Amino acid sequence: MADMATGRTAATTATAATRTLGIVTLVGVAWLIVSGLLVSPADVNQGESVRILYLHAPSAWVAYLAFVVTAGASALYLFTKKNSLGWDRLAGASAEIGVLFMAVTLVVGMLWGRLTWGVFWRWDARLTTTAFLFVTYIGYLAVRRLGGTPEQRARRSGVLALLAVLEIPLVHFSVKLWRGLHQDATVLRPNGDVKLDGFMLFTLIFGVAVFTLMYVWLVLHRQRTLTAEDLLDDVGLEIAIAERRGESRPPDLAADVPRSDRPRPDITVGF
Amino acid sequence: MTWWRTAWLIARRDLLVEWRSRVALNQVFPFAGIVMVMFGFAIDDTRLMESIAPGLVMVATMFSLLVLVQRSFALESEDGALDALRTAGVSSSALFWGKSIALAAQLAALQALLIVLAVVLYGSSVRPAGAPLLVATWLSGSWGLATVGTLYGGLAAGARGRETLLPLLLLPVVAPVLIGATRAVEAALGARGTVVDGWPWMGLVAVFAVVFCVGGTLAFGPLIEE
Repeated sequence: MADMATGRTAATTATAATRTLGIVTLVGVAWLIVSGLLVSPADVNQGESVRILYLHAPSAWVAYLAFVVTAGASALYLFTKKNSLGWDRLAGASAEIGVLFMAVTLVVGMLWGRLTWGVFWRWDARLTTTAFLFVTYIGYLAVRRLGGTPEQRARRSGVLALLAVLEIPLVHFSVKLWRGLHQDATVLRPNGDVKLDGFMLFTLIFGVAVFTLMYVWLVLHRQRTLTAEDLLDDVGLEIAIAERRGESRPPDLAADVPRSDRPRPDITVGF
Repeated sequence: MTWWRTAWLIARRDLLVEWRSRVALNQVFPFAGIVMVMFGFAIDDTRLMESIAPGLVMVATMFSLLVLVQRSFALESEDGALDALRTAGVSSSALFWGKSIALAAQLAALQALLIVLAVVLYGSSVRPAGAPLLVATWLSGSWGLATVGTLYGGLAAGARGRETLLPLLLLPVVAPVLIGATRAVEAALGARGTVVDGWPWMGLVAVFAVVFCVGGTLAFGPLIEE
């Protein structure tokens, strides 16, 4: 994060640390695939379909983690004195990855539901809340793209992220009440519990760990890309201003300097 | 000028503008009415319609809420009214309350109309025993929807593409009101369960109204100050 502070125009968002993290993550994913699909045994009740768990549960975990980080980073942006845009970009990067993993969770979960319950969807409180979370954060990402200055974006989306913290428990509670009236559907109950033996549990925990690393890796890169995007906006504006100033000079002065050789404004970035 | 007076003046201004332009009366209310008729076409089963009438009333309310909120903030964006208010040093929480009160009044009138339409079109009947529950749900539902509508309307106001953004932001948030008010109105109208069963659902709507009233009072300022 911090080594971008020099304002170097590097063509990559990678550093030695994130490269190492990336390699560890990819090795971990490879092992998770081998372990989840081949080494770990099938479940007594669910058979082979239990293997979806190793993708479903870790992505759900990452999605929830990402949204918690978004809320935390937004609060830090709004309530710390410095109002550092770094927190805002962390919130944005985290929300994007959260939405991605929530989509994975929902799709994979529906496929699993089809296999174990025979239906894609159940109006269960947890499922419904998850769908609401998904839509809420899609809205959050839309608000981030409303335009304006980075500070406007940061404040607007920061407040929205905190409102989501207010909204989600309320939605969950009301859906739970609503379902309670009809039936008590609980995930994993109808066709027998998943009984995890030692190695299955290990694979699951390993999957959660690998996905967490993947989350950190992706967030770091995305956060740096967002920083570069903000920088590009600033630089673009300053160049436009400089060119505008160039136009207002007498033509004989402006003409002898080729456009690209004109002095660029000094850009110093610190965050 | 006291805080209350400011809020009251803003509410009065919004309602006065509304009364003179009659946009809600001539456009939004007929829109809600035609939605109710469309439900009738789509469902085409009198007995089913009577049992799901409360839900249809609430869904029609949600659609109309979107239109009313757009309208409420279109007034602010035109001629830079919002900027002028901010320049004049109007407290943002007073602005939030003023706009919420005006919106709540319009929503209350709209919901009353929709209930009447449900009685006329879908054959619902209001029982005397259910009347207190119906009134309590009507008031807390109007207030809850108005506060949350003002809050998210303020967020989307002045932004490009707000027409499409507002429904995306607002509909997931109002889900608790849709669930709570539908169950409460079902109980009040006797479409499902007894009247006593409806009161906890009214409680849910009231909790929602309080939460977003407090949340909006705090959050509205940072959202609209640019």
